[in-house]
Amino acid sequence: MTLVTSKMGRRAFIKNTSLAGGGLVLGFNLLNSCKPKTTEAVVAELEMPKEWYEINGYLKIGDNGVVTILSPNPEIGQNVRTSMPMILADELEIDWKNVVVEQAPLNTDLYSWQVAGGSRSIMNSWESLRMAGATARHMLKEAAAQAWQVPVGEISAVAGVLSHEASGNSAGYGEMASLASQMEVPEEVELKDRSEFSIIGTSRKNVDGKKIVTGQPLFGIDVQREGMLIAGLAHPPAFGMKLKSFDAAEAKNMPGIRDVFSIKLYDEGFKKSAFHHTAFNELVAVIGETTWEVMQAKKALKIEWEQASESVESMSILGREMTVKHPTGMENSDTHNAKLKELNTRKGRVARKDGNPEAAFAKAAKIIERNYSCPFLAHNTMEPMNFFANVTEDHAELLGPTQTPEWMEPAVAERLGLPLENVDIQMTRQGGGFGRRLYGHFMVEAAVISQKMKAPVKLVYSREDDMSQGMYRPSYYATYRAGLDEDNNLIAFHVKAGGVPESPLFANRFPAGAIDNYLAEDYTIDSNITTGAFRAPRSNFIAGAEQSFLDEVAEEMGKDPIDFRLELLQRAKENPVGDPETNDYDAARYAGVLDLVREKSNWGQNESGVYRGVSAYFCHNSYVAQVLDMVMDNGNPIVQKVTSAIDCGIVVNPDAATNMAEGGAVDGIGHAMYSALTFKDGAPEQTNFDRYRLIRHSEAPKEIEVHFVDNGIDPTGMGEPPFPPIMGALANALYKATGRRHYHQPFISDRPPLVG
Amino acid sequence: MAKFTLNINGKALEVDVDPSTPMLWVLRDHLKLVGTKYGCGIAQCGACTIHLGDTAVRSCMLTVSSVGNQEVTTIEGLSEHGDHPVQKAWLEVDVPQCGYCQAGQIMTASALLKQNPKPSETEIEMAMNGNICRCGTYTRIKKAVQLAAESGS
Repeated sequence: MTLVTSKMGRRAFIKNTSLAGGGLVLGFNLLNSCKPKTTEAVVAELEMPKEWYEINGYLKIGDNGVVTILSPNPEIGQNVRTSMPMILADELEIDWKNVVVEQAPLNTDLYSWQVAGGSRSIMNSWESLRMAGATARHMLKEAAAQAWQVPVGEISAVAGVLSHEASGNSAGYGEMASLASQMEVPEEVELKDRSEFSIIGTSRKNVDGKKIVTGQPLFGIDVQREGMLIAGLAHPPAFGMKLKSFDAAEAKNMPGIRDVFSIKLYDEGFKKSAFHHTAFNELVAVIGETTWEVMQAKKALKIEWEQASESVESMSILGREMTVKHPTGMENSDTHNAKLKELNTRKGRVARKDGNPEAAFAKAAKIIERNYSCPFLAHNTMEPMNFFANVTEDHAELLGPTQTPEWMEPAVAERLGLPLENVDIQMTRQGGGFGRRLYGHFMVEAAVISQKMKAPVKLVYSREDDMSQGMYRPSYYATYRAGLDEDNNLIAFHVKAGGVPESPLFANRFPAGAIDNYLAEDYTIDSNITTGAFRAPRSNFIAGAEQSFLDEVAEEMGKDPIDFRLELLQRAKENPVGDPETNDYDAARYAGVLDLVREKSNWGQNESGVYRGVSAYFCHNSYVAQVLDMVMDNGNPIVQKVTSAIDCGIVVNPDAATNMAEGGAVDGIGHAMYSALTFKDGAPEQTNFDRYRLIRHSEAPKEIEVHFVDNGIDPTGMGEPPFPPIMGALANALYKATGRRHYHQPFISDRPPLVG
Repeated sequence: MAKFTLNINGKALEVDVDPSTPMLWVLRDHLKLVGTKYGCGIAQCGACTIHLGDTAVRSCMLTVSSVGNQEVTTIEGLSEHGDHPVQKAWLEVDVPQCGYCQAGQIMTASALLKQNPKPSETEIEMAMNGNICRCGTYTRIKKAVQLAAESGS
C-alpha cells in the first residue's frame, strides 16, 4: 500500500456532513439537486438493494452489497464506461460482479475533465478514480472498526467483505454502508500497490454489451419522450455560402410538419472557444412529428443562398487565443492542392533548426526528397449528429452524444439566456466520436429550436447533413528531405509540412533530437471549410508520411528499417541533439515498442509471398509500433496480418484495449487506403457512403495481434495512438508488394492505379 | 396516410403512416423499436438491417407499403432473452466498441447462418460486406460469426 494525500478530485469525496444522521440515505443527491439522476441499471441480473448509501460523488453502496459506480466521462466506443469504474472498483476492493455502472451527468463541481478527447480519459482520472475507491474502502473499514470496537488497522477488506481476524467479526460492505456514509472522509488514503490489483489488468466485458446486442435504447438518436418533436436543419449547399431567404409555404403544409424557421446559433459578439465552432451559423429548421416527414419537408424548402463575405474570428482553445480567417469564395480541392504544392516550394516558417542543415545538405553526396499528401476526411460516426433538448422558461434539459459537455455548457447557457446552474447536460452512449462530437454545435441547435417551440425536441442530422456540414480532418502536404554523405551516413534532415487550414508538423517529435542538422518548417492556407480534431489530429497524416520516408532512407542506406530507427533512437537517448527537454518523446520507450514488435512479428523471418512494412510512432503520451503483412491476390493487396506493440503504461482492461488497437489498425488502413472528401465549388463531392468509401469487412486485416509493454507506468493514451502509425506500415508493405512507393492518400487512387 | 397491419417480432402491429415511409422510420418513430439504426438512408451501411422472412434487408429503403404480411424480425425480436447464438457469440467475443452498427451486423450475421450454417471465411466476409463498422471491429465480428456457427444448431 502507498499512502497518498487525497487531494486530487477531493471535491467529490467530501459530503455534506450536516446531513449526517443514523442510517441516513442520501439517495445519491450529492449531485446537486437540479442535476437529474440517471438511474438506469446496467446489469439487470443483479438484485437491487432496498436502500442505497452514498459514500462519495462516484459511488453508492446498497444494503445488499451491490455497488453503483458513476462513470464520469463520455463513452464514444473507447470503453471508458467499463474501464473507468474498474479502476475505482479495484481500489474499493469489491467483486466486479456486484458492480452496477451508471453514466454520470455533467457535474463540474464534482468531476474534472468530463471530456472524450486527447486520449486522456483514463490518464487524467487515474488518480481520482483510485482515490474515490480507496477513500470509500477506508470509510467502510472505519465503520467496521467503530461497530466492532477494534482498531481500524486490524480490519481487512477483501472482495466486498470486511473482517477482523482476532474477534472473528465479519460483514459485507452492504451491512456497513450506512455507517460508512457518515464517516469522515480521510485526509490521506492508502492506494494499492500494483501487485495488489485484482480488477485492473484483467479483461472485463463491456458493461453495455447485453443492451447493445439486444437493441435497447442507448444512443442519443434513440431518445423518445412524450410529446417530443423531431427537428432537421437545412444548411448552405457549399462552404462560403450563407442563408439569404427562404420560402417554407409548401414545407409547412406537408403532413406532420409543425413549423419552419431560421435559427442563428451564436450572436456576432459571442466569444467562442474552438469547440463552439460550426460550419454554418444560420440554418433553416424544420420541425415535425416524425423523422421521415421532416426529411421530406426539408426537400420541399425553397431557399436562396448567397456568398458569405470574408470574416475573421478569434477563439480560445484550452486557454490559448487563436485567430481563424474565413476567406470569401467557393473553394476547390484542385486549387488547394495546387496552392499546397506551390507553397511547398517556398520557405516556410522555421519551427525548429538544429546545427546547420543548409550546409549539410550542400555537402551531401546524395539527397532523397519525397512529397506526401492526404485529402480532407469526414468523421462519419455511424450515429449521425443529434441531440435532445427540452428547454422551458427557466431550465434546459439536454441529453445526447457529446464529447465535450463541460465545454459546451457555457455556450448553450449563454445562448439560451439561462444561468449555468439551470442547464443540465447528460450524456448518452455515443455511436462513435473520432473528434467530431468535440464540436457540440448540434446541442446548441437543438436547444435553440426547443426554446422556440416550447417543446421537447430531438434534432437529427441526415447522413448527407452530417457529411456536408462537418468539422473535417484538414488536407495536408509534406516534403521530406534527407542528406547522406559519401559513406551513406544520414547527415541532414528536413521536413516542411503545411495544410488547409493547419500544418500537420510536430517539429520536436522523432527524428528531431537524433540528427545533427535538422530543419522543420511549416505553412498554412486559409480556408472557409471548417476543420477540427480527427482521431489523432495531425499525427494521423504526418506519422504515415514520416514513417514511409524513414523506410525509404533506411533502404537507401542499406539498413534494416527497424535497426535504422533503433540507431536513431539510441542517438536521441544517449546524446540528444538540442535541448533534451524540447524533444517530446522518450527514446527508450520508443525503442521498447520497436523491440517488442520485432520479437512478436518474427521480423526478419520472411515468408515468401508475404510483404512486410514496419512503422512506429509516439502520440498522446503513448508509443505504438506496427508490422503489417501483405499478400497479393490477383493484383489486389490483402492485409493478412497486423502485429502491434503498444506502450500505454498499465493496461486497465486488456481485451478492451486490444479491441481499440485492432480498431485503430483497421481505421488507419481504411482511411489511408480508401477514404477522401473532395470539394468542388465549395461543396463536398461525397455526401453519403455510395461515394465516400469506408473500409469494409473484406478489406480488413485477416488477423490482428496486439502486445502491450509491461512497465507499470501509470496509464497513458490508448484511443488515438494505434491509429497513425499503421498508415506508414501500410505504405511500406505496399512498396514491398508492388515495387512502387505510395505517397498520396488515399493509396487506392494514387496513380497509376493500384487495382482495376 | 394509410393504415397497415404489420407482422413484427411475432406481433400484429398497426400503424397509420404515409405508404412511402421506410420501415426504418416506422420501426423507430412509430413503434419505438429503436434497435434498428439509421446510418445512411440509402442502403449502403447496413445499420438498419432487419429480417423479412429469413432474409436480411435494409429497412431504410423498404417502404412500409411493400411489406404486406411478411414476417418482420428486428434486433429486439431476434430472441426472447437476448440468447440467440449470434448474440451470445457477440458477447463472448466482446465485439462492440461504440456499438451503434452492431444490431445491423448481428441481423446480417444471423440471416447468413440461417441460410448457410457453416460459412467459410470468405463467405462471411462477402455476406458482411454491406455492413460498415466505423470503429473497425471487423476481425471480432468474423470471429463471433465463426463462434456462433460452431455453437449454433
